[in-house]
This record gives sequence, structure tokens and C-alpha cells, in this order.
Amino acid sequence: MYSITSREDLASGIYLFKVEAEDIAKKAKPGQFIILRMDDKGERIPLTIADWDEKTVTIVFMEVGKTTQKLATLSAGDSIADFVGPLGQPTEIESFGRVIVVGGGVGIAPIFPLARELKRKRNTVISIIGSRNKDLLFWEDKMRSVSDEIIVTTDDGSYGRKALVTQPLKEILEREKIQRVFAVGPVIMMKFCAATTKPFDVKTMVSLNPIMVDGTGMCGCCRVEVGGETKFACVDGPDFDAYLVDFDLLMMRQRAYLDEEKKALEMWEKSCPKS
Amino acid sequence: MPEKLNLNRVPMPRQDPKVRRGNFDEVALGYTEEQALEEAGRCIQCKKPSCKEGCPVNVDIPEFINAVRENNMREAVKILQSKNSLPAICGRVCPQETQCEVKCNLAKKGAPIAIGRLERYVADWGRAHPEVTAEREGQSFSIVDKKVAVVGSGPAGLTCACDLAKLGYAVTIFEALHIAGGVLMYGIPEFRLPKEIVQSEVDYVKSWGVDIKLNQVIGKTKTADEILGNGFEAVFLAPGAGAPMFLGIPGENLSGIYSANEFLTRTNLMKAYLFPEYDTPIKAGKRVAVFGGGNVAMDAARCALRLGASEVNIIYRRSKIEMPARAEERENAEEEGIIFRLLTNPLRFIGDDQGRVVAVECYEMELGEPDESGRRRPIRKPGTEFVTEIDTAIIALGTRPNPIVPSTTSRLKLTKWGTIITDEATGRTSRDEIWCGGDMATGAATVISAMGAGKRAAVSIDSYLKSG
Repeated sequence: MYSITSREDLASGIYLFKVEAEDIAKKAKPGQFIILRMDDKGERIPLTIADWDEKTVTIVFMEVGKTTQKLATLSAGDSIADFVGPLGQPTEIESFGRVIVVGGGVGIAPIFPLARELKRKRNTVISIIGSRNKDLLFWEDKMRSVSDEIIVTTDDGSYGRKALVTQPLKEILEREKIQRVFAVGPVIMMKFCAATTKPFDVKTMVSLNPIMVDGTGMCGCCRVEVGGETKFACVDGPDFDAYLVDFDLLMMRQRAYLDEEKKALEMWEKSCPKS
Repeated sequence: MPEKLNLNRVPMPRQDPKVRRGNFDEVALGYTEEQALEEAGRCIQCKKPSCKEGCPVNVDIPEFINAVRENNMREAVKILQSKNSLPAICGRVCPQETQCEVKCNLAKKGAPIAIGRLERYVADWGRAHPEVTAEREGQSFSIVDKKVAVVGSGPAGLTCACDLAKLGYAVTIFEALHIAGGVLMYGIPEFRLPKEIVQSEVDYVKSWGVDIKLNQVIGKTKTADEILGNGFEAVFLAPGAGAPMFLGIPGENLSGIYSANEFLTRTNLMKAYLFPEYDTPIKAGKRVAVFGGGNVAMDAARCALRLGASEVNIIYRRSKIEMPARAEERENAEEEGIIFRLLTNPLRFIGDDQGRVVAVECYEMELGEPDESGRRRPIRKPGTEFVTEIDTAIIALGTRPNPIVPSTTSRLKLTKWGTIITDEATGRTSRDEIWCGGDMATGAATVISAMGAGKRAAVSIDSYLKSG
């Protein structure tokens, strides 16, 4: 069992857990993920690592289905049955020069350690973080602390700039020469970030989040097409060159169990009505 | 000695095919005591028994069968367990017909002794009598002040760990998944090998003091080198076969197309057949096509049937004779109503606008001259293309070595296929303190051959640590 040492409610339906997992904390690098299984009947879900210290690993998740809703019922002192990692390849981080990191929605969490490491490697870090509205936004301060410049957007304009993240992204690329862009968030956002940077021909990396089972290259559930080749996001990624990724295929594969997810969620909500 | 040789073996009671295709309960029901005694009574107790030679873990076969004949089950359990730590598993999944039973002297005249069925009977008796299996007869734990690490808790890892523990070593197994057993848990279906039985054999291994650490992906959570730097004096690598192979044809990444590994892992390890009680879903659909002709293809097809499919086709490019699956498994599948479409090969998958597979286009093959494997090479018959509607496809073409362990362990020599170069007799690798066994050494093979490798490595590790 892996003990939750603290919980923070970051935004509406978005939660942070620090989980005691010293082995993983010692090895974790930006871009890597863990797989967790809540209990004996639970499914295995991947979550990108949002931070770590000596003994704990930080995960941030949004309530979307049964597993994440169940997770959200846990508090500090509770435990998670299984917690394994760090999995996947770390993000390639060098002294690139001037870089942009884009975090959308819950994707703001994994770009924090990435931006921090980029900063440590003496890059000029321009951060763009965005969410649908003010209630879903988090970690502006943390991101600011590791950025040379930060732009906050909301879709509805309830906070920061009323825009999609791709708008400031385009403006910055028009303004100055950027060596690399990193985008983490919903697939549709990553797809449009890639489309936005493409005319400027800036190497753009995205972190893919397909459905996974084992997370160690054993099942092939997470296969994605990159440059016309089949790759396993769990072992070959999750980071890939955005210009080569078939985002539409990824979105379709993410929807493979929509009916089942709905059924599981309905049953869960019926059995455990929210107070 | 019996007066006259009985050349017919006692049949194994099994669930009716019409019933069993609708449930995940075990197909073979096991001998009753009467049946076991009758079958054991057929053994002629040869002076020079050749059955033993066929066993990769050298079980004293005539001796344990003799104990059964004398209705001394306690003794039979002892004899079996002295060589085999996982007898209830072997009694169910070993291909005895090509190992011990093929060597049985009775096989020259009639049916060989049903060694596997007797092994299963004795092992199950032992499970029902834990006081017998728990007896240690003066042996104690960790009497040797040396630590050995085992990577992977599949058949090779469990066997090696248990043998070393029995010799007194302090053994730790590092397992990547959330439960021990490897392929015995994620791969082989419940109806062939109940998971409760796997766990009870895992418990037996643990009862010898073996410590099993779960959720440890060696190469990620820690490396084999770090394990060696952390007080362990030898490491046995048995991480399993790993990465599934695909057909490499258009449309293969559509939703509804699974590797057999994924389909079986969802079904067996994650218990998707109990969804929504268990959280992991699976979509078997009504019309299922399984590609491949091995045991894994049979397992996947039979799982699909039990998950509610109305029509399951096994599509295989050669003919029945070339199928690598055990005859028994093929017959089980046929009895349950699985359709075999032989000499057929897929060309492409066709999807709908949601990216879900809806059909597969195949063509027919014919057999030409034998290839390097000795099997007749299938050749495409022109103009035979046809389209079949399907909801689900399962690709069961075998696996490639997963690179996580070999690529993160320093100075290990690998083959061009990515397996670790391993001396078959000892399990030794290019590094003195590292051994390897199971699929990572040989490529995909059987449970029992992996157990044999675990056993040989344990002997070699023992002699290395004693001399060191």
C-alpha cells in the first residue's frame, strides 16, 4: 500500500495527492508517469508525475470517470493499493535557448517540473497556461516562479486573457525566435499547438496520454502512430515529435471504452451519491 | 505388477462444452481418488523409467506414481514438491504429451500413463492438506548469509527463488505488476489455470521465506546494477517475453484490435470478465477474429467466446498440422465452437468513421515447399480476397523481448533478437553475477521450460556463491 501524505484541492474537480513512494521519487524525471491501481478491483491508470521530493511523488488528477471520482474520495492518511514507476522516457531537456511550455487544463501539472528543469538548464522559459475558466486554473504562482514570462488564458475570459493557448503561442513565435516548444494537455490542444508552431518550424514536443494497462510495453494498448510508425507511448514515449503524431487516431483510441466508462460511472454514482 | 497391461487411460472429467463456453470455471475437473488410483495402477514401474528424462525439472515420476498406487498421498506430495515447487500449475499447463508422457513405455503399445493428470491430482490433494505441504523437516530459512535477487515472478522466477530458498539463501523477487505470477496470472485464462491455484503456489514459495516485492519495474524503479550494489550477490533475470508483435498491415491501430497480451491481461489479470464489478473494461463484441495458431491464440479465442462473442474465428495462414498449439487446446477450442479458418491471411482492417474496426479483408493461401522451419511455406493464392465483418480482432503472433531490463543492465551481451545471451545449461550470462532464464533467454516458450531454466540457474547460482 502507498500512503497519501497530503491532499490539496487545487481547483474545481482537480486534486493533488502526495504519495509516499521513495523508490519512485528518487528516480523521477520530468515527463515520466506512474501507474496506479486504487484497490483490488481497480483499473490501472497512468498519471504524469507533477512533482516529487525525497520521499513522495506528487500526482494531480481531474475527476472524469469512476476511478478518478473514487480517488477524489481519499484523503491524507488513506492508501492506494498500487503505485508503480517512474515509467516512460523522461523529456529531453537541454540548454536549448528560448523555449515555450504550454500547459492546458490538468496538463499544467506535468509542465511544472519540466519548466523548472528547463530553467535550471539556463533556458529562457516562456509559459502559457490555460483552462476553460477561472475555477479550473491552478499553479499560476508555481509556474510563475520557474518562468521568465507567463501568460494565463481562459476560454471564457473569467481570468487572465480570454483566448485559447494557441493564440499567445502564435504571437510569441511571431515576435521572436524560439528553439523549442513543449505542449501538454488535452489531445485537441496539443494537435492545435502543433498546427500553430508548424509554420514557424520550431521543434514541438507533446506528451501523449492514451489508454494504458500495464504501462511497461507488454500489452500495446497505448499504441500511437508517429511518422507512420506504430509506437508504444508507455515505453517509446510518452513524449513525441508533435509534427509526426496522428492526433486523430489518438483521440479515437481514447474513446474506445466510452460506453463502458459511462456505465461504470453511473453505477458508481448510484452506489455512492455525493453528499 | 498387473496381470495384463491396461492400454487405456482413465479419461479426465471435463465441463460439457456447451456449458463451459459460457463460464470462466475450470474446464478440466480433475480425477477423483478412485480415478487417480486406477490410472496410477496402470503404471508398470519400469526398471529404467524414461518418463523422467522427458521432464525439464526431473520430477521423480515413477516414485510419485508408486506412492499414489499405494494411496500414500502424503508421500506423493513430498516426492513431487522436492523437485517441483509449482506442481498444481504444471499438472494443468505442461505439454506432457511431448515431454514425460511421450517417453512412457506404455506409449509404444497404447495410451501412456496420464502423468499430468496424476500430478494435478497429487498437487490438489496437497493444497487441500496444507499441513503436509507446510512440513519443512528440519530445513530453516536464510541459513546462508547471502542475498539473491530474482527479477520477475513468473514460472522461471518462482522456481529459481524457491529452489534457492530451500538451499537457505535469502531471496527477494522483484515483480513489475501488482500481483505475483507473471504469465500464469496475466496470460493463461482462469478456465485453464484458476488464479486461486497460482496464488496458493505463490504462497508456497513465500512459505520458504521468499520475499516478493510488487510494483517494481526493474530498469525503471531500480536497475539490476543497483540491486547488485545493494547487498545482493547474484541476480536471476526472468522478466518474461514482453512486447507483443503485430501484423504490420493497414488499419491495425483501429479501436477494437487487441494484441493477445492486452486481451488476456484485461481478461485474466484485471478480471474484465467481471466488469463492472471490476473496473477494467473489455470489448469482445459479437464477431471476433483471432490471428495466429499457438496456445495463446486458443486462449484468446476461448476467452472471447466466454465474454459473449457469438462467432469466433481463428485465422491461421498454414494448415492444422502446422499449428503450434497443443492438440488438446485445439480440440477444446473446436468442441466449444471456435471456427478455424485455415490457410487464410489478413490483408487489411477496415474501420468506421469512429475509428472502430468493422471488417477484415483476407486472402487464401496454399502450401508450397518446406521452409527453414521444416513447415511447408504458405503462398498467397491470387484472386481469393474476401471481406469478413468483425467487431474485434485479436493478434496472437507471439512476443519480442521487452527491452526494459536488457537495455538498462550494463555490460550484458544480447542476441540480435534482443534476448540475453545465456548458457542453457547454467543460465549464466556475459556477467558473472547475473543469470537469466525463461522467455528473456530463449524467446517465447513454455511454462515448464522456464521452470527448468529457473532450476538450472538456482544450481549454478548456488555453486557460484559457495565458491565465492
